[in-house]
Amino acid sequence: MAKNDVKVLGAWPSPYVMRPRIALNIKSVNYEFLEETFGSKSELLLQSNPVHKKIPVLIHGDKPICESMIIVEYIDEVWTSGPSILPSDPYDRAIQRFWAAYVDEKWFAAMKGLRSAQGEERKAFLDQVTEGLALLEEAFGKCSKGKAFFGGDRIGLLDIAFGSFLGWLKVTEKVNGVKLLDEAKTPGLVKWAERFCADAAVKSVMPETEKLLEFSKVLAAKMKGAPPPKN
Amino acid sequence: MANEVVLLDFWPSMFGMRVRIALAEKGIKYEYKEEDLKNKSPLLLEMNPINKQIPVLIHNGKPVCESLIIVQYIDEVWNDKSPLLPSDPYQRAQARFWADFVDKKVYGASRKVWSTKGEEQEAGKKEFFEILKTLEVELGDKPYFGGETFGYVDLSFITFYSWFQAYEVFGNINIEAECPKIIAWAKRCLQKESVAKTLPDQKKVYEFVAQMRKRFVSE
Repeated sequence: MAKNDVKVLGAWPSPYVMRPRIALNIKSVNYEFLEETFGSKSELLLQSNPVHKKIPVLIHGDKPICESMIIVEYIDEVWTSGPSILPSDPYDRAIQRFWAAYVDEKWFAAMKGLRSAQGEERKAFLDQVTEGLALLEEAFGKCSKGKAFFGGDRIGLLDIAFGSFLGWLKVTEKVNGVKLLDEAKTPGLVKWAERFCADAAVKSVMPETEKLLEFSKVLAAKMKGAPPPKN
Repeated sequence: MANEVVLLDFWPSMFGMRVRIALAEKGIKYEYKEEDLKNKSPLLLEMNPINKQIPVLIHNGKPVCESLIIVQYIDEVWNDKSPLLPSDPYQRAQARFWADFVDKKVYGASRKVWSTKGEEQEAGKKEFFEILKTLEVELGDKPYFGGETFGYVDLSFITFYSWFQAYEVFGNINIEAECPKIIAWAKRCLQKESVAKTLPDQKKVYEFVAQMRKRFVSE
């Protein structure tokens, strides 16, 4: 397939953008990565995602697909010759989807809270984050069944959903001076995180922690200077 | 093994209704267990320890949680009849996108319409109509969001219709005047047995919401 048949609109620091890129790498699909300029939205983005105006967007041929996990499932369904990203059993699929939704709706929401919180509030968010990690450690045990990833021998849907946040997790550890993934409390996840980041499909798209840390400082400065967000 | 299906639910829940419609579409026999959300059963807490919420589908003893995840599960297991999602990957992605849109947007805005007053309510009403109008544009001239047949997006949104009377009374709004296509679509969906038998009477929901509103708004 010609490279320009598949495009990803995104930005290198975004964990959501990483997800379709990892999925495409798993399927060995060549794609063109169109980087959005931080702080502005291109015409192409506004046209391809008029409803949310957000990255990532996958453009396949001339068809846009939006929302990172929806894009990942689309990639899995279209490129069937590559390794499967979702398990074949409907119950296992439901479990992977459940935890992916939990990571997005509950856990990362607490992470974002932690990043911007002060004082007492910070402790509350930190507790939520670590409780969430304890749940995910347990889920890892059940889903992996002793294998390397949530998906088994290979990276699957939940690995992608949760693993894409590892860069920001490391930044949060540095900025807040806390250890979130811990050999004592979350030994399974510690080893899983190393394997995930080292995986061929992930390595090329996972940003270096130092770069992300620098970017987070730029982002924090901008947010302090910026007017309060709408929602 | 016998196919044992249990649904933990709460009658006015638009999320639970989605699952009931899906089960009806597939002709699946199941045991319905009504939960008292102020006094959650040990079974619910055991089956959904993370969120402790309904709906929960228990299939041969194994729980599936989150309404749209449950609906997809039902569609995948009982795949011999009445497909809820399209078979084409791009159409499926579009269906998932719009059901996700309904999930992210409709509940939040509608909640402001019935549980607040004053400026907050006015803002909620404005948001609610923006969202419904976006859905109207997506519906276009199609009979259903899914095209010629009732599908995943229709199922995800129609359940909110049972709350429309409550929104209209407490929000002092007229949904048909603002979004006639949505009302026409809803009435079309109600011609389906699975929908008609599932959706509770709007008046019953309105009375339920009236009780709840007292907790949020003093008037």
